[in-house]
Amino acid sequence: MGDVKPDIKIDKKINIKGLVCPYTFVKAKLAVEDMEVGETLEILLDYEEASRSIPKSMEDHGQKVLKVEKINDTDWIILIKKEKE
Amino acid sequence: MEFTEDQLQRYSRHIILPEVGGKGQKKILNAKVFIVGAGGLGCPVGYYLAAAGIGTIGIIDNDTIELSNLQRQIAHNTERLGMLKIESAKKTFESLNPDVKVIGTKERISKDNIKDLIKDYDIVVDGSDNFPTRYLVNDACVMMKKPLVSGAILKFEGQVTTILPGEGHCYRCLFEEMPPAGLVPSCQEAGVLGAITGVVGALQATEVLKLILGKGEPLKNTLLIYDALRVNFRRVKVPKNPDCPVCGAHPTITELQDYDAGYCRI
Repeated sequence: MGDVKPDIKIDKKINIKGLVCPYTFVKAKLAVEDMEVGETLEILLDYEEASRSIPKSMEDHGQKVLKVEKINDTDWIILIKKEKE
Repeated sequence: MEFTEDQLQRYSRHIILPEVGGKGQKKILNAKVFIVGAGGLGCPVGYYLAAAGIGTIGIIDNDTIELSNLQRQIAHNTERLGMLKIESAKKTFESLNPDVKVIGTKERISKDNIKDLIKDYDIVVDGSDNFPTRYLVNDACVMMKKPLVSGAILKFEGQVTTILPGEGHCYRCLFEEMPPAGLVPSCQEAGVLGAITGVVGALQATEVLKLILGKGEPLKNTLLIYDALRVNFRRVKVPKNPDCPVCGAHPTITELQDYDAGYCRI
């Protein structure tokens, strides 16, 4: 038997490739604001610094970071669960 | 409404603040603030409110720009000597931020026009330089239940207080009657260090933004006194006076009065 990974339901996806800080976080934050508590956002980005700063800032704002994953040479995927309005 | 790319950039430092965010910035963009005076305090208040993106700024002033204003009234400049202050303020604020609409009124504020002038605004800022106007603005805001952020400056000292009618004190709870004419010197007589108008105006603009965002604690029931020479900020408690003639349980002032009567203009 292979690994059984719990499926995470993605409610919204944004692609912020090409953006740099602070607009990476601005876009991610606005996306979270438009979601309901409990929903999950998938962020696709290619700015390395943001792969560290977005999870940190989201946690500072009371949201939950479910996953930060480098998916290829240039891109990352971050999953954020909205826990707080 | 959705932000444009320009707005995302312009307001990015606001949006990333947990207390502001996109929702707070939209509240700011939809807000309407009325400023009494386009002088020492009105200039920095309007400047920062325009930068913040306040959608509509009303401003009243009857004067034109004089050279002696430019030591502190930073929305105006030397090329604009003789221009109406409201015109100059409109040019400055709207060129800083095209999201802002400035509606200037060239008049002296009075008991006859004040209610009409402020009725469509969310918050009033007093940047006037004389007691008759200060009391007029206070009484009108109490009667119309408009939040008022009041500021004053003289020499090296400034004062700020936030009046939330029905919730906290008003200016008459603090000083029930105007001081007699001539007792308190004006800026013209006593002087003012230009830079402190920036400190006090920025404090007023900050209070306005906090009220719009509904964040933090306003200077309710409190007078903040800034002493620039000693670099001291002192908070003085101002309880609401239950017998206040304008905001008390049984007000004796129920109509706006002729505040200028017997009072020398400064």
